[in-house]
Amino acid sequence: MGYEPFNILKSGGVPLPIENVDTDQIIPARFLKATERKGFGDNLFRDWRYHQDGTEIKNFVLNDKKYKGQILVGGKNFGSGSSREHAAWAIYDYGFRCVISSFFADIFRNNCLNIGVLPVKVSEGYLNDLFEEIYKNPQTIITVDLSSQIVKVEDKNLESSFEINAYKKNNLINGFDDIDYLLDMKQEIKDFAKNRPF
Amino acid sequence: MDNKLTLFDKVWDTHVVKKIEGGPDVLFIDRHLVHEVTSPVAFKGLKNRNVGVLFPEKTFATADHNTPTINQHLPVNDPLSANQLKALEINTKEHQIPYWGLGHKKNGIVHIIGPENGITLPGATIVCGDSHTSTHGAFGAIAFGIGTSEVEMVLSAQCVMQMKPKKMKISINGTLEKGVSPKDVALYIISQLTTSGATGYFVEYAGEVFEKMTMEGRMTVCNMSIEMGARGGMIAPDEKTFTFLKDKEFSPKNKNWDKALKFWKTLYTDKNAVFDKEFTFDGNTIEPMITYGTNPGMGMGISQFIPKINKQSFKKSLTYMDYKEGDLMLGKKIDYAFLGSCTNGRIEDFEDFAKIVKGNKKAKNVTAWLVPGSHIVAKTLKENGITDIIEKAGFEIREPGCSACLAMNDDKVPAGKYAISTSNRNFEGRQGPGARTLLASPIMVAAAAISGKITDPRKFIK
Repeated sequence: MGYEPFNILKSGGVPLPIENVDTDQIIPARFLKATERKGFGDNLFRDWRYHQDGTEIKNFVLNDKKYKGQILVGGKNFGSGSSREHAAWAIYDYGFRCVISSFFADIFRNNCLNIGVLPVKVSEGYLNDLFEEIYKNPQTIITVDLSSQIVKVEDKNLESSFEINAYKKNNLINGFDDIDYLLDMKQEIKDFAKNRPF
Repeated sequence: MDNKLTLFDKVWDTHVVKKIEGGPDVLFIDRHLVHEVTSPVAFKGLKNRNVGVLFPEKTFATADHNTPTINQHLPVNDPLSANQLKALEINTKEHQIPYWGLGHKKNGIVHIIGPENGITLPGATIVCGDSHTSTHGAFGAIAFGIGTSEVEMVLSAQCVMQMKPKKMKISINGTLEKGVSPKDVALYIISQLTTSGATGYFVEYAGEVFEKMTMEGRMTVCNMSIEMGARGGMIAPDEKTFTFLKDKEFSPKNKNWDKALKFWKTLYTDKNAVFDKEFTFDGNTIEPMITYGTNPGMGMGISQFIPKINKQSFKKSLTYMDYKEGDLMLGKKIDYAFLGSCTNGRIEDFEDFAKIVKGNKKAKNVTAWLVPGSHIVAKTLKENGITDIIEKAGFEIREPGCSACLAMNDDKVPAGKYAISTSNRNFEGRQGPGARTLLASPIMVAAAAISGKITDPRKFIK
């Protein structure tokens, strides 16, 4: 499934300063029963967002109209736990294109990169400043520039660079995916397989 | 003299089809395990691209996450679960992938059936759309969980694209005290490293404690590697590994076995090979462990008190559990007991449970779910009399599946209730919306199930 190429994103940020947000919170297991990639955004953070009777939990950030935008700003060790790509799908389907945190779990980070959500890792200090800025002014616009690998809040002297490998960066900017790359290597892979012992 | 390699290097490097400059390695995958939850969108992707499965014979499918643990001979009640199971059946048939579905004599949890059928082999690369794929590292394989996009990659091209992780060595020397099990070792390590302590690393476990551990115990430890953020964990294969695999259905046979054995004996970390990070712990000091919070790093020895940590996330976690800083876990009431999962759903786990409950009775206030990891596990338990001991103590053994570990089927712990569980995650709502999970070893779960509260299992050891 393709995704929109990613270049420069200017958007508000939605703050979630909780550490160790695991993928079971992002999308609980009972919502993994679909056979198509559809509608996962409705259940993003389901049990933090809704009471069991389906009414909104008022003080959860996704229910707070003050905070809007395509950038989710999360606490340290974001996306730990289960490998479910549904977590990244839910984030994308809800409308986020970027997650900023001071630390990401590996599999979640890979899943995001594979479906066109950009994980931006910043220092803990920068993350705290960013939370503070968003709380001070919920309309704060964050700029994420993938080609120059910079995240910043204009006019606020709040700028940081971030790492991404050149291959993945090129994929995101162009909307390419790994499967196309691998399918082009099919013969090479088949030859390699001949020499495997089992 | 240079070029000293770790076990991990030896396996990884021989699977690299291509190195991409400034990017990931294209890594060849020997074994791909598939289940119903993380595969349907990948199969749909194949259809959209109009490509097939490159090596169906390197792919194995089972139904486990969604399956009921009673009345498996009847149609599955939940229409969404039934639909997902049906989709896997159709997809595997279309692409000629062996499928051990519900009711099949080899059906079971994906990480249980891999080893017990000899699909898991030393020196292999193994992936599955499930983070607990790390289990297979117990055999000296590189095994890790992948997302659905990667499942599609492996189906269509038998490769994933991954940056080579850094290397970590965790050594535990000494001897474990009686009543301290592999699960306690895993929970202890995670409590020391935290849930993100090994993120970016692939772990090798070494030292006396792991050398003395059974294969099943090693699987339990490797299984939990992901809970400290590691991509996976592995242990060098030895005579125990080879004995375990000999004559399994998919293990190499005759001449091929001899050839494989020769190769497997080269799979160890060279003397003086360098790791990016190393930890050493003393096995003699590990106590039976229990968790008190909402991630697997929030664990402590059974004699300890819940610590005071001034952090919002920590306080949120204790509020969810309705526990207080300074509390002792001993004596706390439990409502549910769960024995099972890819962490502790194997034969020895049930044997350990049986040793504790033998001659005792299940506590009246406890609902117990005992779910073997596979039909082969269930059959073996019956044959060796374990089922009988467990049933005499007032417990019932259900049919295999992932069950209450992630509560995708009907085995859900109600909101607010406490479940002591041999599974791997105590996240909020993991065992059902609002459920509270305490992770522990099979004997700790057994001790709690017969006393109705958290109890030091050592007092039941004869």
